[in-house]
Amino acid sequence: MANYEENRIITSTLAYAYPDTQRNAVDGVTMRVKNGEFLAILGHNGSGKSTLAKLFNALYVPTKGTVWVCGLDTKDDDLVFDIRQHAGMVFQNPDNQIVATVVEEDVAFGLENNGVDPKEIRVRIDDALAAVNMTKHAKKAPHMLSGGQKQRVAIAGVLAMKPDVIILDESTAMLDPSGRAEVMNTVHRLNKEEGISVVIITHYMAEAATADYVIVMDEGKIALSGTPREVFAKVDTVRSLGLDVPPMTDLAHMLRESGVNVRRDVLTVDEMVEEVCRLSSSI
Amino acid sequence: MLKDITLGQYFPGNSPIHRMDPRMKLILTVVYIVGVFMVGNLPGYALAFAFLYLVVRISGIRFSFLVKGVKPLRFIILFTFILNLFFVQGETPLLSLGFFTLTKEALENAIYFALRLVFLVMGTSVLTLTTSPMQLTDGLERLMSPLQRFHFPAHELAMMMSIALRFIPTLLEETDKIKKAQMARGADFESGNLIQRAQAMIPLLVPLFVSAFRRANDLAMAMEARCYRGGDHRTRLRELKYTKLDLYGALATAAFIAVIIAEGRLLG
Amino acid sequence: MSIVIEHLNYIYMSGGPYETHALHDVNLTINDGEFIGLIGHTGSGKSTLVQHLNGLIMPTSGRVLVDGMDLADKATDRRAIRQRVGLVFQYPENQLFEETVEKDIAFGPKNLGLSAQEIDRRVKDAMRRVQLDYDKLHDRSVFELSGGQMRRVAIAGVLAMEPQVLVLDEPCAGLDPRGREEILALIRDLHRESGATIVMVSHSMDDVASLAERVIVMNHGEIVMDGVPRDVFSCGEELRGMGLDVPQAVQLAGKLRARGFDIPEGIYLIEEIKAEIEKIAGKGGRHA
Repeated sequence: MANYEENRIITSTLAYAYPDTQRNAVDGVTMRVKNGEFLAILGHNGSGKSTLAKLFNALYVPTKGTVWVCGLDTKDDDLVFDIRQHAGMVFQNPDNQIVATVVEEDVAFGLENNGVDPKEIRVRIDDALAAVNMTKHAKKAPHMLSGGQKQRVAIAGVLAMKPDVIILDESTAMLDPSGRAEVMNTVHRLNKEEGISVVIITHYMAEAATADYVIVMDEGKIALSGTPREVFAKVDTVRSLGLDVPPMTDLAHMLRESGVNVRRDVLTVDEMVEEVCRLSSSI
Repeated sequence: MLKDITLGQYFPGNSPIHRMDPRMKLILTVVYIVGVFMVGNLPGYALAFAFLYLVVRISGIRFSFLVKGVKPLRFIILFTFILNLFFVQGETPLLSLGFFTLTKEALENAIYFALRLVFLVMGTSVLTLTTSPMQLTDGLERLMSPLQRFHFPAHELAMMMSIALRFIPTLLEETDKIKKAQMARGADFESGNLIQRAQAMIPLLVPLFVSAFRRANDLAMAMEARCYRGGDHRTRLRELKYTKLDLYGALATAAFIAVIIAEGRLLG
Repeated sequence: MSIVIEHLNYIYMSGGPYETHALHDVNLTINDGEFIGLIGHTGSGKSTLVQHLNGLIMPTSGRVLVDGMDLADKATDRRAIRQRVGLVFQYPENQLFEETVEKDIAFGPKNLGLSAQEIDRRVKDAMRRVQLDYDKLHDRSVFELSGGQMRRVAIAGVLAMEPQVLVLDEPCAGLDPRGREEILALIRDLHRESGATIVMVSHSMDDVASLAERVIVMNHGEIVMDGVPRDVFSCGEELRGMGLDVPQAVQLAGKLRARGFDIPEGIYLIEEIKAEIEKIAGKGGRHA
């Protein structure tokens, strides 16, 4: 396995079937997460996207093929804890992943497990809480926090382990719009400022539209991949995969169908404004 | 009712009592309760009260908060009071009503027993109010850890306790939600005989168990993802260290016990 | 059947350190056959309000009248109210408990004391309305179903009460786009076919824009806006100030207007803005 300086996660013909099932939930996936990349994995429920995420963290071990996390093979039992330190995971339900009864003690959980020196733990959790803007809630009980705040605590818990990749497994699915925005802003900032690679598993198209690269899963396989622009421009294909496209992409699609010549890969409101301006000045 | 119980609640703060080592607090609480049980006269209880009051004042918790915590237990206290009144044999009759003769000894015993219960609840409340559940389990874990040599699962027990504490508010909230959802479908939790009421709980309990199992599953996976591997090689954010505060606490409690004993000798 | 709310106040944990004034002098009339979109960020009081509609929460002060009956009145039959006002909670699949789909949907009708025949009719009817195949699914365990199916079973469980007012708290929360689309279509059909009054609590402005005939906005326990979608969504600044979004069509219309295009006020649907852009493309609509 070479080249892990450039690629944080590499999978090769990866397959996974749940115990006692015949069907592969993940079926022959070859992909990579580049260093510093913000990757979105899309797919309807049951498409295999969450299973894929759990293979990145050695929570599941491939039935076929291989996953390398920072050059470490997840099949190697001795490397499991190293892999989990390199690739941190945030889950869907904010209530079901916080272990401790005080915020800062929860952030410390992973470090305690890894036997980090208490003085070092103190420094790291303070940094991690600052990075997710939760310093002033450090002593609170988790159940007093909003959903978005709980997820930021979970991100801090992962961040304190100094990971190279953070994987968010539908971590915004149970949040309200402001909670979703909190989480997305936080991971985008960590991606840009700290250079941490991010993988988000989501079915919110607006979130995927902010990624560098998008993979669409279907039946355990990669059905589509490319930049968000390339992927969403294929409106009909995306729809047939049980997904939606951002409203502005949809509008562009409808306009083109009725003969208005806008770009097909419009993603945001501002881009649509530019397109309309271009149209009107070209007349 | 449930939310009135102060026992087990934590009241965040930074007082000297809060900052004491949980192990020391656990030990001193036990010592204090033993002390209270040694007391056998009213001046002694006044001393016990004075000591408790002093501790509460230092901790910055409102005393009324403690009193509120005793309230839900008033029936149990009243019950033991009456039980003692009737069943303790005494020699100095105070008044006599037909069969029943109230004796001085019975009355004293009843009062002392009720007071002991009150001090027991208030004393442990001070412990839990000033010690976060996490510290408390930490303290218990460390105190019990010598037993690990005999394969006593000290870490596992402490972890279970802290997870239970973490999920109590979540599950209470969930219970309320499911109850309302079933009531919206016409369920009735309030009327009917015992059997009907027990049956009415099924639509509440089944979803609650399903949810608790799902949460347990999720949590296990989240803990695994964060490198949890049992108690070996684990460090702790908060290292427990005895400080001068603990020495003062121990001395103060020792003084209290000494005074109680001396008082017992003098007046008893 | 109408619901009238007068000077409703609700205070959580009154007197304690965590006392919160969840609802503040709410006045509202829900008319027969309306489709209301209720929006507001988390903690704005909308969930507390909807639980007042069928007496799951009792007002601290003020009155809730369902079909003229005061919910606080001892003589009012709460169960009859809960039959008339059906409430579907957020993540309603968490309330499923019976061994089979059929039994679970029958739970509500059974509590109403209906005959076996009537219960059977209602279960079949409710399943048809949420597009679940009775023959295929009625004896399946609810816990074997997919997430979207479980949600539909839960909604059917409330529909089987045959309520005149259906209140749905975030009916699409946590579903994938296809599941979301299915549930929204189902709610639209319920309203169109049976003329049921619908109150839908939602975070998604686009969903509310496409379905509701009346939009109520809550903030800090008060109703701050109440009107047709066209009027409410034209207050983009106020909505954003409350931490809410506006539909993308409204955002686009506003930005185009700022660039000098002649876009009429009150546009909030994608189809409407599409027609405007077509006009611009046809003749160049920018002011000189």
